[in-house]
Amino acid sequence: MLEIIIQNIINALQWGSFYALIALGYTMVYGVLTLINFAHGDVFMVGAYISFFTATLLLSFLGVPGWVALALTIPITMMLTAMVGVSLERIAYRPLRRKGAHRLYVVITALMCGLILEHANLAILGASRKAFPELITTHVYNIGGITFTNLKLAVIVTAILAFFILQWIVTKTKVGMAMRAISYDKFAVPLMGIPIDSIIVVTFALGSAFAGLAGILFAMSYPILEPYMGALIGWKAFIAAVVGGIGDIRGAFLGGFILGAVEILVVAVFPSTYRDLIAFTVLLIILSIKPTGLFGIAKTTKI
Amino acid sequence: MKSLLQRYSVQLILITLGGLITYLAYEEAIGLYTLSVLMFMGVNIILSTSLNLVNGNMGEFSCGHAGFMCVGAYVSSILGVLLFAKDKVFGAPLINPDLALYFFPLIILTGGAAAAITGLLVALPSYKTRGDYLAIITIAANYIIISLIENLGVIGGSRGFMGMKTVVNTMNDTFDLPWMVIWVFIFTVGCVWALRRYNSSTFGKGVSAICQDEVAAEIMSVNTNKIKTITFMLSSGLAGIAGGLFAYIIGYVNPGSFNILKSTEVLVMVYLGGMASLSGAVLSAILFTILLELLRPLQIIKWVVIPLLLIILMQFRPEGIMGNRELSDLFPKLKRFYRFK
Repeated sequence: MLEIIIQNIINALQWGSFYALIALGYTMVYGVLTLINFAHGDVFMVGAYISFFTATLLLSFLGVPGWVALALTIPITMMLTAMVGVSLERIAYRPLRRKGAHRLYVVITALMCGLILEHANLAILGASRKAFPELITTHVYNIGGITFTNLKLAVIVTAILAFFILQWIVTKTKVGMAMRAISYDKFAVPLMGIPIDSIIVVTFALGSAFAGLAGILFAMSYPILEPYMGALIGWKAFIAAVVGGIGDIRGAFLGGFILGAVEILVVAVFPSTYRDLIAFTVLLIILSIKPTGLFGIAKTTKI
Repeated sequence: MKSLLQRYSVQLILITLGGLITYLAYEEAIGLYTLSVLMFMGVNIILSTSLNLVNGNMGEFSCGHAGFMCVGAYVSSILGVLLFAKDKVFGAPLINPDLALYFFPLIILTGGAAAAITGLLVALPSYKTRGDYLAIITIAANYIIISLIENLGVIGGSRGFMGMKTVVNTMNDTFDLPWMVIWVFIFTVGCVWALRRYNSSTFGKGVSAICQDEVAAEIMSVNTNKIKTITFMLSSGLAGIAGGLFAYIIGYVNPGSFNILKSTEVLVMVYLGGMASLSGAVLSAILFTILLELLRPLQIIKWVVIPLLLIILMQFRPEGIMGNRELSDLFPKLKRFYRFK
């Protein structure tokens, strides 16, 4: 019995890691811009595809060994995905922001960007699924009836590391201080000589880079890629970010793990078709008890 | 003379238009394809105007409209098949099928009522929150509704549910007219009219007060919770009506056709037309339906071209086609010729 519980906890941690990594990007952009960046799930998908092409290129054409390929794939993918996120910001969101468009129009633009990424991918690469090459050999460990792979552990450790890095950036560095300042008062910040646009670019780059990282890890764990893989995960990660309290990095991380745990537990007890049903109901119940999310602070409204 | 024209021009135009479409459909002068595009146009008009009430007039951000549509579609289809058609699951018709014609609007309205009750359930947890949290709750509700229906094996689960064509055929047998066209037309006009009335009523004033500033509205003795609930229920109820019509036009429903992509389509229609503009919502629904059909030969590239067009439109006209103005604000001279209340 105990083994089953621990086994499920490990599975939940791994599954929650993906949600947490994606939710981090949602929550950072929301914290700075109060923009729901609905294209973020598809940025994750693009990250997975970029890692696929990079890894295939390195393995098949340059013939480097697997671990070198992995070591090169991670930074390259993170950089390229960050560029995708930043170019979305530059091309689509920034002109709208300059024009002073209503916030929800930017959200719709983000939705449209997501659709373009999905379907352009489908149109260019075709509907056939891509199989991700094996970069490192998977070892299966078995300790006292609990089985786990080195990949699973790597995913969990990476997610936790990513959280600490982001938490450090946001709370300890100057850029992070500027980010918090923008989310606190958008109008006073330029008066203090802080370049808002560069901070926003940094935010998008960071969020997208971690989505790219999630893409690599996801592609390694479930090595089948398809253009729609980002949509559902993206929506769910957004809900996870809100449950944690959107705009707060700890909240996004915790929300991601809660969603992962709920989904794994549901599958362990009920038929797997009930997964979305019960997971979303649980999240709605959490939200109706604590509407601002677990780490959210209720804002007082001025008249 | 002028006042007479002003008073009756809208009715005249609507009756002529409805009569013309019905006549053409009856004589089979326009093909089945054009006819179905016209009917989808009606459904899309209901969807976009009803979502415009919440997202435009009230300034909230609801993005699970397809979920309510799904409830309406399933409730009215099941009711229709249960009462008037012979079905493998539900057995023989309960009422004489000849009466289907008279009960049809009631069935559609029941679907709308069911969707409105679902809307109430969704609106209840959204009292304490505003803006983006409603977005979450509605997205989650959309997923929950679809997932629930997929797990209900009795009504087909994810395979879908059919048998509505029989009901439509019985109606046509009873009295030989293209009934679906007539009902879609009547419901579309009724929906736009009801929304117009709602917006100009005391409730509508409250809704725009909430949009401006919720706290200030509450201080001005606007019962915000009540108005929010009623507005949300009206919006989701109309979505349910649209869903019912959609189900009977196609003759087949499955949960997959009410997913988040459908909600996105409706959102696009609202923001394309301009927030809080009823005529903008109608116009953009018509344009969007035509655009979708024109770009059909492009197949998958269609879904690259349409978002791209929208993004470009947003860059040059960030407030949508009409902004928050009505047709009569753009062309004040038109006011002399029509009055739509």
